[in-house]
Amino acid sequence: MNVTSAAPVQQGKVTVKDFGLSYDTLEGAVEAVHDASIHVDPGEFVSIIGPSGCGKSTLLNAVAGFLKPTRGEVAVDGDPVAGPSADRGMVFQQYSLFPWKTVRENVEFGLKMKGMERSKRETSARTLLGLAGLLAFENQYPENLSGGMKQRVGIIRALATGPKVLLLDEPFGSLDAQTRLIMQQILTNMWQRLKTSVLFVTHDIDEAIFLSDRVYCMTARPGTIKAEIAIPLGRPRQQSMMMSSEFLALRRGLMSLIREESLKAIGGEVNDIALQGLDIELHGRTLADVI
Amino acid sequence: MDSAARKLTETVAPSPATENPLSAPEPVPAQLKTGWVWRWLALHRSQLRTLAIGAVSLALFLLAWHLLTKYRVTAHVRFVNVPSPEMVFDSLTRVARDNKFLSHVFLSCRRIFIGFAIAATVAVPLGLVMGRFRLVREIVFPVSEVLRPIPAIAWVPMSIMLWPSNEESIIFITYLGSFFPILLNTLHGIAMVDPVLIRAAQCLGAREASIFRDVYFPATLPHVFTGLTVGMGVAWVSLIAAEMISGQFGIGYFTWEAYSLVQYADIALGMICIGVLGLGSSALIRGLGRVVMPWAKT
Repeated sequence: MNVTSAAPVQQGKVTVKDFGLSYDTLEGAVEAVHDASIHVDPGEFVSIIGPSGCGKSTLLNAVAGFLKPTRGEVAVDGDPVAGPSADRGMVFQQYSLFPWKTVRENVEFGLKMKGMERSKRETSARTLLGLAGLLAFENQYPENLSGGMKQRVGIIRALATGPKVLLLDEPFGSLDAQTRLIMQQILTNMWQRLKTSVLFVTHDIDEAIFLSDRVYCMTARPGTIKAEIAIPLGRPRQQSMMMSSEFLALRRGLMSLIREESLKAIGGEVNDIALQGLDIELHGRTLADVI
Repeated sequence: MDSAARKLTETVAPSPATENPLSAPEPVPAQLKTGWVWRWLALHRSQLRTLAIGAVSLALFLLAWHLLTKYRVTAHVRFVNVPSPEMVFDSLTRVARDNKFLSHVFLSCRRIFIGFAIAATVAVPLGLVMGRFRLVREIVFPVSEVLRPIPAIAWVPMSIMLWPSNEESIIFITYLGSFFPILLNTLHGIAMVDPVLIRAAQCLGAREASIFRDVYFPATLPHVFTGLTVGMGVAWVSLIAAEMISGQFGIGYFTWEAYSLVQYADIALGMICIGVLGLGSSALIRGLGRVVMPWAKT
């Protein structure tokens, strides 16, 4: 890969230490995240899962530089994060392509900001588009693309500048189940080639296991890190692995962790009897899957 | 990429093409697939229908006008002195060769162009700056809110006092009319910019200046063009009012003068002329919008 001016593998170490974030309200400070410590080693694929509102996106936004920690520190390769930068590429759940730029211009944007000359960035963008199977759409406007295609453009746009870390905030959350599986496969393939460090936020347990080297599981608000699970599945990974006993064992483990937290997260609004009824209806799926 | 995965990407890449509304032609009945012309007609059926109905509607309007004036209908509303379409047409053929009439039209267009152009070059940047810098907004907004509800026509006496020449005061009125719609729509547009696009740009290394140029500005453009279209309409309203009150030239003056001189056909001619000019200038702005914003479907 010559396109991404490939960051050496030893780069891209993310360290989050004793991270805490509170919001001020009339009733006093509300704590969104409490004492969370995580790390991503260079070239590693790490996911954060947890129930809705547990602060996993907050944590990711702090790594991106959009939020300042109330307590603790966030650093990439030892440098404290001071604000958003091209060092940390980000993919959002909402399609965030610029509607007034063509697909290729979207991918070129970060390179343009770096001051790369037109012909060079055009070549880079086309190589990446080819990799994502989107070269035929380079001159289309995002409006003419399907959701999966938009998100593929979003991913390669974030990768184009060769970031040290790629941050993904439930990037496949609004895609249909089939497209989501394919996107997961494409993402692992691209990551396998580029070896950029990845921090991936999701509420989908299967997705987290399938993609990651390690998974952090967060508690309900205020979010803390409840557990850290290594995923010892081999690489390259294929969808068929999702049926293996190893995968299913991991899935069961993570599910029971998440289940408790999801119940806590919605417990305030649903009474116990209703929850028991729901439990039977779920046939072993967790509330996190349903909600 | 391993082979299984490659198969996955390959099978998926072409499939979204069917979701692409541009490349998917509308279904065409089989018997019409004979020639290009037929296909064109079939594809544009809905536009052609709109066009045909529009033409019939205009024809009916002319017919009603013709009948009402021919029989000099008087049912509380009096059509006794109203010129018939034939008379207006005669008038048109007469004035079309008349330099005086054409100079009236030209002068009005010039006033619109100057007033509107100044309004756009002031209001769009002002709106963008107000949208981006809170302090500027907090200072300018109260003044603008007080001045905005004053109709341009109410500015006529003040304008005559303010400006040394009649021409300038009329241009000023035109400018005022289009200024506020443009400013407000620009402000609204910049407030509507999706924050995720700003964050995406920041993550790609964009600094304040490039975020303004590459995100805020293009994201606001569709609203700017809405403002320009509305502003152009109000500019004509204001111009005609100003010309009728204080003008010595211009299509508004022409219409008013026709009334004073009891040339009723010219009144209708002036009105129709104003309508056509307003329509044309709005179309120009829409066309400009399409050129400037090829991504936006309008």
